[in-house]
Amino acid sequence: MTWSEMQPLLSQASWDTLYMVGWSTLIAVVGGLPLGVLLVLTDKGGLLQNVVANKVIGQVVNIARSMPFIILMVALMGFTRWVTGTTIGREAAIVPLAIGAIPFFARLVETAVREVDSGLVEAVQAMGGNTWTVVRKVLVPEALPSLISSATTTVVALIGYSAMAGTVGAGGLGDIAIRYGYQRFETELMWITVAILAVVISVIQFVGDFAARSLHRRGGRSGPAPRLRLLKADKPAAAATPAPGTAEATTEVGKVA
Amino acid sequence: MITTSGLTKVYRSRGREVTALDGVDLHVREGEVYGVIGQSGAGKSSLIRCINLLERPTSGTVTVAGQDLTALAGRGPRAGKELRRARSRIGMVFQHFNLLSSRTVQDNVELPLEILGVSGRQRSRRALELLDLVGLADKARAYPAQLSGGQKQRVGIARALAGDPKVLLSDEATSALDPETTRSILQLLRDLNRQLGLTVLLITHEMDVVKSICDSAALMDKGRIVESGTVSELLATPGSQLAAALFPVGGEASAEDRTVIDVTFHGEAATQPVISQLSRTYNVDVSILGAAIDTVGGLQIGRMRIELPGRYEDNVVPVGFLREQGLRIDVVEPAKAPRTKSPLVKESAK
Repeated sequence: MTWSEMQPLLSQASWDTLYMVGWSTLIAVVGGLPLGVLLVLTDKGGLLQNVVANKVIGQVVNIARSMPFIILMVALMGFTRWVTGTTIGREAAIVPLAIGAIPFFARLVETAVREVDSGLVEAVQAMGGNTWTVVRKVLVPEALPSLISSATTTVVALIGYSAMAGTVGAGGLGDIAIRYGYQRFETELMWITVAILAVVISVIQFVGDFAARSLHRRGGRSGPAPRLRLLKADKPAAAATPAPGTAEATTEVGKVA
Repeated sequence: MITTSGLTKVYRSRGREVTALDGVDLHVREGEVYGVIGQSGAGKSSLIRCINLLERPTSGTVTVAGQDLTALAGRGPRAGKELRRARSRIGMVFQHFNLLSSRTVQDNVELPLEILGVSGRQRSRRALELLDLVGLADKARAYPAQLSGGQKQRVGIARALAGDPKVLLSDEATSALDPETTRSILQLLRDLNRQLGLTVLLITHEMDVVKSICDSAALMDKGRIVESGTVSELLATPGSQLAAALFPVGGEASAEDRTVIDVTFHGEAATQPVISQLSRTYNVDVSILGAAIDTVGGLQIGRMRIELPGRYEDNVVPVGFLREQGLRIDVVEPAKAPRTKSPLVKESAK
């Protein structure tokens, strides 16, 4: 296969992947964020404590998460047809991708929101804020750096899932790698798709980490900022702006130096 | 301004019951600085959280500025609209400041105003005024992480004042600060109390806090108020643990058959030469074991531990003379002399 043959295939596949992942991420964030927040609020000692609701939501999330994606895709076919009118193609793949990612993201949101200092919630309550105010002004903004990291993780996971979307004819880079690279022994093409995927994931991870870090540095909470996972040699300069007086941050600098 | 009656809080978990507050009656007058002191676990935090109903009392009532908050609370665990309104008129500052790290200093101060639905321009004007009041006008655009502990607490105070409260609750506001910063924050609270007529209820485990700014104080132990009153009342009360802890004097009897007494001077009595009168009138030798003069709650107080020859029975008349002079006299019994009777003394020794 020559480059001129590969090129249209690859650009179409890349576009398909981005299209599927983009939409399903958007839906996952829109659906997973409230779900994750609800998991925290309804938990024991939460602002909307409701043991039954918490158990039900938690269980649904667990079941959805434990399902292998390819099975979820097949199991959801009826639903997918109801939503998009078809079970084949990019649009049809977005439905199971999004539904698979919602509980995944929700759990990450839960963890991020749980880490918000309960003193801040108390402060806003003491000002006369209601639960909605607490969510809007405290839980989400304070957890934002972690939420961005969670969204990044979700995007990367979705790119992985989207490789299986080829089974419903949705195209995408994973599909190319299997159909051409594996089944038609086009090793070259396979390596190129792998390389493209690696670059795409690296860029996404980099952008996500950068956004989370810059928010983190601005907010500069007590703990050290999450490190850039791609830049292994974390220069001391990057860690040299810890919040004053945090022992953790200082040891971090010490270790690097 | 703040009155609690029969306030009780019982925490239940896994069948175990912990009584944090056991029938607390507290009365804070308008415009005063009232300090509640006690060791950790005495129930101070529960008390202050029950005042604005962050914690629901198990029984009893809380009245702030003539409004019965316990009646507003309703039955459910969530705060209704009226309770939230009432809370917005009670400022609160916290030990760990509780500033939102995602917002600038100015935006933190604006937060209570956002909750009250104040328009954007008014919010920023009010926030800048308040920051000016606490001496941080130049830090409006900084983030909390860029501030020192003392500055953070100033922002916390500015934020607490945003809703124009008549009452300020201070939950160990200086406990995370170094001594010098503590002094400046206390000074600020005192100034605000005077300038704005703000009623301040503070809880603390540091005697110095009570000593430097409180008009009145209460001592809490095991969920009960053990002693309470204005600082001068306390100092005039014989045997008051708070008075002894506020103002400790040391010194041990030099021999077995001696009478050791603590003499507390305040107000008029402080200007009279009572010790030399005592010595001349009764022809006794007075030796001074320890003495100190200090300002407590804005009052000059002197305290002296003196020793008279002979047992207490021999000294009834001279002691009576001192009492007649309007002094507070505590006879220190030999067994009690090692100062371990009060839980507070241990605390202040730390």
